[in-house]
Amino acid sequence: MRPDTLKSLLAARKAKHPVALVSNLQTGDQALVYRDAVEGDLGLDEVIVTAARAALRDDKSGRADDNGTALFVQVFNPPKRMVIVGAVHIAQPLVTLAQTSGYEVVIVDPRGAFATRDRFPGVTLSEDWPDSALEELKIDNRTAVVTLTHDPKLDDPALHVALRSEAFYVGSLGSRKTHGRRVERLADEGYTEAEIGKIHAPVGLAINAKSPAEIAISIMAQITQVLRTE
Amino acid sequence: MSKSAIDQQALDHDDVVEKAAAWRDTGKSVAIATVISTWGSSPRPTGSQLAVDEDGNMVGSVSGGCIEGAVVHEARQVMLDGKPRLLDFGVTDEMAWEVGLACGGKVEVWVERVE
Repeated sequence: MRPDTLKSLLAARKAKHPVALVSNLQTGDQALVYRDAVEGDLGLDEVIVTAARAALRDDKSGRADDNGTALFVQVFNPPKRMVIVGAVHIAQPLVTLAQTSGYEVVIVDPRGAFATRDRFPGVTLSEDWPDSALEELKIDNRTAVVTLTHDPKLDDPALHVALRSEAFYVGSLGSRKTHGRRVERLADEGYTEAEIGKIHAPVGLAINAKSPAEIAISIMAQITQVLRTE
Repeated sequence: MSKSAIDQQALDHDDVVEKAAAWRDTGKSVAIATVISTWGSSPRPTGSQLAVDEDGNMVGSVSGGCIEGAVVHEARQVMLDGKPRLLDFGVTDEMAWEVGLACGGKVEVWVERVE
Protein backbone atom coordinates (compact mmCIF):
# COMPACT_ATOMS: atom_id res chain seq x y z
CA MET A 1 0.00 0.00 0.00
CA ARG A 2 1.43 3.36 -1.05
CA PRO A 3 1.83 6.07 1.61
CA ASP A 4 -0.69 8.42 -0.03
CA THR A 5 -3.30 5.64 -0.23
CA LEU A 6 -2.76 4.80 3.44
CA LYS A 7 -2.98 8.46 4.37
CA SER A 8 -6.28 8.92 2.51
CA LEU A 9 -7.67 5.69 3.97
CA LEU A 10 -6.84 6.78 7.52
CA ALA A 11 -8.36 10.22 6.90
CA ALA A 12 -11.60 8.68 5.61
CA ARG A 13 -11.82 6.36 8.59
CA LYS A 14 -11.20 9.21 11.00
CA ALA A 15 -13.87 11.34 9.33
CA LYS A 16 -16.21 8.30 9.35
CA HIS A 17 -16.64 8.39 5.58
CA PRO A 18 -17.37 5.02 3.96
CA VAL A 19 -14.62 4.00 1.54
CA ALA A 20 -13.76 0.89 -0.46
CA LEU A 21 -10.14 -0.07 -1.11
CA VAL A 22 -9.80 -1.87 -4.44
CA SER A 23 -6.56 -3.86 -4.90
CA ASN A 24 -5.07 -5.54 -7.93
CA LEU A 25 -3.95 -8.83 -6.38
CA GLN A 26 -1.16 -9.29 -8.92
CA THR A 27 0.50 -5.87 -8.94
CA GLY A 28 -0.65 -4.46 -5.61
CA ASP A 29 -1.91 -1.27 -7.30
CA GLN A 30 -4.83 0.22 -5.42
CA ALA A 31 -7.66 2.73 -5.66
CA LEU A 32 -10.03 4.21 -3.08
CA VAL A 33 -13.68 4.43 -4.05
CA TYR A 34 -15.78 6.93 -2.14
CA ARG A 35 -19.50 7.56 -2.60
CA ASP A 36 -18.70 10.49 -4.88
CA ALA A 37 -15.05 10.15 -5.92
CA VAL A 38 -12.28 7.74 -6.89
CA GLU A 39 -8.55 8.15 -6.25
CA GLY A 40 -5.38 6.10 -6.53
CA ASP A 41 -3.00 4.59 -9.07
CA LEU A 42 -5.23 1.66 -10.08
CA GLY A 43 -7.42 2.68 -13.03
CA LEU A 44 -10.95 1.39 -12.52
CA ASP A 45 -13.67 0.48 -14.95
CA GLU A 46 -17.04 2.11 -14.28
CA VAL A 47 -18.43 -1.39 -13.64
CA ILE A 48 -15.93 -1.94 -10.82
CA VAL A 49 -16.62 1.48 -9.30
CA THR A 50 -20.33 0.64 -9.25
CA ALA A 51 -19.58 -2.77 -7.71
CA ALA A 52 -17.38 -1.16 -5.05
CA ARG A 53 -20.15 1.26 -4.10
CA ALA A 54 -22.62 -1.63 -3.93
CA ALA A 55 -20.16 -3.44 -1.63
CA LEU A 56 -20.12 -0.37 0.65
CA ARG A 57 -23.90 -0.32 0.75
CA ASP A 58 -24.09 -4.06 1.50
CA ASP A 59 -21.16 -3.84 3.95
CA LYS A 60 -19.58 -6.81 2.22
CA SER A 61 -15.96 -7.14 1.08
CA GLY A 62 -15.17 -9.59 -1.72
CA ARG A 63 -13.25 -10.52 -4.85
CA ALA A 64 -14.04 -8.90 -8.17
CA ASP A 65 -12.90 -9.59 -11.69
CA ASP A 66 -12.00 -6.92 -14.22
CA ASN A 67 -11.70 -8.71 -17.57
CA GLY A 68 -9.55 -11.46 -16.12
CA THR A 69 -7.66 -9.26 -13.66
CA ALA A 70 -8.19 -10.41 -10.07
CA LEU A 71 -9.26 -7.60 -7.76
CA PHE A 72 -10.30 -7.42 -4.14
CA VAL A 73 -12.78 -4.89 -2.79
CA GLN A 74 -12.23 -4.17 0.90
CA VAL A 75 -15.05 -2.30 2.59
CA PHE A 76 -14.21 0.24 5.28
CA ASN A 77 -17.50 1.43 6.72
CA PRO A 78 -17.76 3.60 9.82
CA PRO A 79 -18.73 1.79 13.03
CA LYS A 80 -22.33 0.68 13.52
CA ARG A 81 -24.23 2.75 16.06
CA MET A 82 -26.29 1.94 19.09
CA VAL A 83 -28.68 4.59 20.35
CA ILE A 84 -29.72 3.95 23.94
CA VAL A 85 -32.66 5.91 25.30
CA GLY A 86 -32.44 6.07 29.08
CA ALA A 87 -29.15 6.50 30.92
CA VAL A 88 -30.21 3.87 33.46
CA HIS A 89 -28.17 1.23 35.25
CA ILE A 90 -28.54 -1.36 32.44
CA ALA A 91 -27.14 1.20 30.01
CA GLN A 92 -23.77 1.12 31.78
CA PRO A 93 -22.86 -2.54 31.07
CA LEU A 94 -24.62 -2.28 27.69
CA VAL A 95 -22.30 0.56 26.66
CA THR A 96 -19.25 -1.59 27.48
CA LEU A 97 -20.58 -4.58 25.51
CA ALA A 98 -21.59 -2.41 22.56
CA GLN A 99 -18.19 -0.72 22.38
CA THR A 100 -16.39 -4.06 22.62
CA SER A 101 -18.59 -5.30 19.78
CA GLY A 102 -17.51 -2.33 17.65
CA TYR A 103 -20.50 -0.01 18.03
CA GLU A 104 -20.35 3.70 18.55
CA VAL A 105 -22.79 4.52 21.33
CA VAL A 106 -25.09 7.51 21.78
CA ILE A 107 -27.10 7.86 24.98
CA VAL A 108 -30.24 9.96 24.99
CA ASP A 109 -31.77 11.06 28.28
CA PRO A 110 -33.23 14.50 28.91
CA ARG A 111 -33.13 13.90 32.67
CA GLY A 112 -29.83 15.63 33.40
CA ALA A 113 -29.08 13.65 36.57
CA PHE A 114 -28.84 10.36 34.68
CA ALA A 115 -26.71 11.00 31.60
CA THR A 116 -23.62 12.26 33.34
CA ARG A 117 -20.04 12.14 32.16
CA ASP A 118 -19.05 10.22 35.31
CA ARG A 119 -21.49 7.43 34.62
CA PHE A 120 -20.74 7.25 30.90
CA PRO A 121 -17.16 8.16 30.07
CA GLY A 122 -16.34 8.23 26.37
CA VAL A 123 -19.95 8.11 25.15
CA THR A 124 -21.85 10.76 23.20
CA LEU A 125 -24.61 12.06 25.48
CA SER A 126 -27.72 13.89 24.37
CA GLU A 127 -30.13 15.65 26.71
CA ASP A 128 -32.57 16.44 23.92
CA TRP A 129 -36.07 14.99 23.98
CA PRO A 130 -35.82 11.50 22.42
CA ASP A 131 -37.82 12.23 19.24
CA SER A 132 -35.76 15.26 18.27
CA ALA A 133 -32.54 13.54 19.33
CA LEU A 134 -33.29 10.53 17.11
CA GLU A 135 -34.32 12.72 14.20
CA GLU A 136 -31.05 14.57 14.42
CA LEU A 137 -29.08 11.32 14.58
CA LYS A 138 -30.54 10.22 11.22
CA ILE A 139 -31.18 6.60 12.13
CA ASP A 140 -29.93 4.43 9.24
CA ASN A 141 -29.75 0.69 8.52
CA ARG A 142 -26.50 0.40 10.50
CA THR A 143 -28.13 1.71 13.69
CA ALA A 144 -29.75 -0.17 16.58
CA VAL A 145 -32.16 1.63 18.92
CA VAL A 146 -32.80 0.42 22.46
CA THR A 147 -35.21 2.14 24.85
CA LEU A 148 -34.58 1.47 28.52
CA THR A 149 -36.57 4.08 30.47
CA HIS A 150 -39.86 2.08 30.44
CA ASP A 151 -41.44 5.49 30.86
CA PRO A 152 -43.91 6.13 28.01
CA LYS A 153 -43.22 9.84 27.92
CA LEU A 154 -39.57 9.14 27.06
CA ASP A 155 -39.67 5.76 25.27
CA ASP A 156 -42.69 6.46 23.05
CA PRO A 157 -41.27 9.55 21.29
CA ALA A 158 -38.11 7.55 20.54
CA LEU A 159 -40.19 4.69 19.12
CA HIS A 160 -42.21 7.13 16.99
CA VAL A 161 -39.01 7.95 15.11
CA ALA A 162 -37.33 4.52 15.31
CA LEU A 163 -40.30 2.55 13.95
CA ARG A 164 -40.42 4.65 10.80
CA SER A 165 -36.64 4.63 10.34
CA GLU A 166 -34.32 2.08 8.70
CA ALA A 167 -32.95 0.95 12.09
CA PHE A 168 -31.90 -2.70 11.81
CA TYR A 169 -32.98 -3.32 15.41
CA VAL A 170 -35.47 -1.73 17.78
CA GLY A 171 -35.84 -3.07 21.31
CA SER A 172 -37.78 -1.83 24.33
CA LEU A 173 -37.37 -2.73 27.98
CA GLY A 174 -40.51 -3.57 29.92
CA SER A 175 -42.63 -6.52 30.98
CA ARG A 176 -45.20 -8.15 28.70
CA LYS A 177 -47.85 -6.06 30.44
CA THR A 178 -45.90 -2.84 29.92
CA HIS A 179 -45.37 -3.79 26.30
CA GLY A 180 -49.06 -4.64 25.87
CA ARG A 181 -49.99 -1.12 26.91
CA ARG A 182 -47.24 0.27 24.67
CA VAL A 183 -48.67 -1.60 21.68
CA GLU A 184 -52.15 -0.19 22.42
CA ARG A 185 -50.83 3.38 22.63
CA LEU A 186 -48.86 3.05 19.40
CA ALA A 187 -51.86 1.54 17.60
CA ASP A 188 -54.06 4.41 18.84
CA GLU A 189 -51.49 6.83 17.46
CA GLY A 190 -51.77 5.27 14.00
CA TYR A 191 -48.74 2.99 13.89
CA THR A 192 -49.35 -0.09 11.77
CA GLU A 193 -49.09 -3.65 12.99
CA ALA A 194 -45.95 -4.10 10.87
CA GLU A 195 -44.31 -1.01 12.38
CA ILE A 196 -45.19 -2.01 15.94
CA GLY A 197 -44.04 -5.57 15.19
CA LYS A 198 -40.48 -4.30 14.70
CA ILE A 199 -40.13 -3.82 18.44
CA HIS A 200 -38.26 -6.58 20.25
CA ALA A 201 -40.05 -6.74 23.59
CA PRO A 202 -39.57 -7.85 26.24
CA VAL A 203 -36.09 -6.83 25.13
CA GLY A 204 -33.21 -9.32 24.81
CA LEU A 205 -32.83 -13.04 24.31
CA ALA A 206 -34.55 -15.21 26.89
CA ILE A 207 -31.63 -16.28 29.10
CA ASN A 208 -33.35 -15.63 32.44
CA ALA A 209 -31.20 -12.54 32.97
CA LYS A 210 -31.61 -10.81 36.32
CA SER A 211 -28.83 -8.31 37.00
CA PRO A 212 -28.27 -5.21 34.84
CA ALA A 213 -25.15 -6.80 33.33
CA GLU A 214 -27.02 -10.00 32.48
CA ILE A 215 -29.85 -8.06 30.87
CA ALA A 216 -27.28 -6.08 28.88
CA ILE A 217 -25.77 -9.37 27.65
CA SER A 218 -29.19 -10.61 26.54
CA ILE A 219 -29.79 -7.36 24.64
CA MET A 220 -26.36 -7.40 22.98
CA ALA A 221 -26.89 -11.05 22.03
CA GLN A 222 -30.26 -10.28 20.46
CA ILE A 223 -28.90 -7.33 18.49
CA THR A 224 -26.08 -9.57 17.22
CA GLN A 225 -28.58 -12.26 16.26
CA VAL A 226 -30.69 -9.79 14.29
CA LEU A 227 -27.61 -8.27 12.63
CA ARG A 228 -26.14 -11.60 11.58
CA THR A 229 -29.33 -13.42 10.58
CA GLU A 230 -29.91 -12.93 6.87
CA MET B 1 -27.59 18.14 20.11
CA SER B 2 -25.74 18.69 23.35
CA LYS B 3 -22.87 16.28 23.39
CA SER B 4 -19.54 16.06 25.01
CA ALA B 5 -16.33 16.58 23.11
CA ILE B 6 -14.89 13.22 24.01
CA ASP B 7 -14.56 11.06 20.94
CA GLN B 8 -15.00 7.40 21.50
CA GLN B 9 -11.76 5.58 20.86
CA ALA B 10 -12.27 2.66 18.55
CA LEU B 11 -10.92 -0.51 20.04
CA ASP B 12 -7.42 -1.71 19.31
CA HIS B 13 -8.48 -5.02 17.83
CA ASP B 14 -10.43 -3.26 15.08
CA ASP B 15 -7.73 -0.70 14.35
CA VAL B 16 -5.53 -2.78 12.07
CA VAL B 17 -4.70 -0.12 9.47
CA GLU B 18 -4.19 2.53 12.14
CA LYS B 19 -1.77 0.28 14.00
CA ALA B 20 0.04 -0.60 10.75
CA ALA B 21 0.46 3.11 9.99
CA ALA B 22 1.74 3.80 13.50
CA TRP B 23 4.36 1.05 13.19
CA ARG B 24 5.37 2.32 9.75
CA ASP B 25 5.77 5.84 11.18
CA THR B 26 8.41 4.52 13.57
CA GLY B 27 10.41 3.30 10.57
CA LYS B 28 9.57 -0.38 10.86
CA SER B 29 8.75 -2.67 7.93
CA VAL B 30 5.08 -3.59 8.01
CA ALA B 31 2.79 -5.90 6.03
CA ILE B 32 -0.99 -6.27 6.02
CA ALA B 33 -2.71 -9.61 5.41
CA THR B 34 -6.36 -9.69 4.32
CA VAL B 35 -8.78 -12.62 4.04
CA ILE B 36 -10.04 -12.32 0.47
CA SER B 37 -12.18 -15.45 0.22
CA THR B 38 -13.35 -18.31 2.39
CA TRP B 39 -14.99 -21.70 1.92
CA GLY B 40 -16.69 -23.83 4.50
CA SER B 41 -16.34 -23.16 8.19
CA SER B 42 -13.42 -20.75 8.18
CA PRO B 43 -13.19 -18.79 11.41
CA ARG B 44 -12.81 -15.20 10.15
CA PRO B 45 -14.90 -13.62 7.41
CA THR B 46 -13.73 -12.08 4.14
CA GLY B 47 -12.18 -8.68 4.79
CA SER B 48 -10.61 -9.64 8.14
CA GLN B 49 -7.12 -8.22 8.50
CA LEU B 50 -3.88 -8.86 10.31
CA ALA B 51 -1.00 -6.38 10.42
CA VAL B 52 2.48 -7.54 11.30
CA ASP B 53 5.72 -5.65 11.78
CA GLU B 54 9.31 -6.74 11.22
CA ASP B 55 9.61 -7.86 14.85
CA GLY B 56 6.63 -10.17 14.52
CA ASN B 57 4.20 -7.97 16.46
CA MET B 58 0.62 -8.61 15.34
CA VAL B 59 -2.74 -6.86 15.51
CA GLY B 60 -5.99 -8.31 14.18
CA SER B 61 -6.41 -11.85 12.82
CA VAL B 62 -7.08 -13.85 9.66
CA SER B 63 -8.10 -17.09 11.38
CA GLY B 64 -8.60 -18.42 14.87
CA GLY B 65 -4.85 -18.65 15.32
CA CYS B 66 -4.40 -21.60 12.95
CA ILE B 67 -2.50 -19.91 10.12
CA GLU B 68 -1.19 -16.70 11.66
CA GLY B 69 2.29 -18.20 12.10
CA ALA B 70 2.56 -19.09 8.43
CA VAL B 71 1.14 -15.73 7.36
CA VAL B 72 3.72 -13.90 9.48
CA HIS B 73 6.45 -15.99 7.84
CA GLU B 74 5.23 -15.02 4.35
CA ALA B 75 4.75 -11.42 5.47
CA ARG B 76 8.48 -11.20 6.21
CA GLN B 77 9.21 -12.12 2.59
CA VAL B 78 6.71 -9.52 1.40
CA MET B 79 8.41 -6.90 3.59
CA LEU B 80 11.75 -7.77 1.96
CA ASP B 81 10.85 -7.80 -1.73
CA GLY B 82 7.67 -5.71 -1.74
CA LYS B 83 5.80 -8.18 -3.95
CA PRO B 84 2.26 -8.91 -2.80
CA ARG B 85 1.46 -12.60 -2.31
CA LEU B 86 -1.72 -14.63 -2.52
CA LEU B 87 -1.72 -17.49 0.00
CA ASP B 88 -4.00 -20.51 0.09
CA PHE B 89 -4.76 -22.42 3.26
CA GLY B 90 -6.81 -25.59 3.37
CA VAL B 91 -7.70 -28.37 5.72
CA THR B 92 -4.92 -29.49 8.06
CA ASP B 93 -3.27 -32.72 7.05
CA GLU B 94 -2.17 -33.90 10.47
CA MET B 95 0.08 -36.61 9.07
CA ALA B 96 2.08 -34.11 7.07
CA TRP B 97 2.19 -31.49 9.86
CA GLU B 98 1.02 -28.89 7.39
CA VAL B 99 -0.27 -25.54 8.45
CA GLY B 100 -3.99 -25.38 7.88
CA LEU B 101 -7.39 -25.01 9.38
CA ALA B 102 -8.40 -27.67 11.86
CA CYS B 103 -12.03 -26.64 11.34
CA GLY B 104 -12.02 -27.98 7.79
CA GLY B 105 -12.44 -24.62 6.06
CA LYS B 106 -10.30 -22.94 3.44
CA VAL B 107 -9.11 -19.36 3.18
CA GLU B 108 -7.25 -17.23 0.69
CA VAL B 109 -5.09 -14.52 2.24
CA TRP B 110 -3.49 -11.63 0.37
CA VAL B 111 -0.38 -10.05 1.87
CA GLU B 112 0.89 -6.62 0.87
CA ARG B 113 3.70 -4.41 2.10
CA VAL B 114 2.92 -1.03 3.64
CA GLU B 115 5.24 1.30 1.72
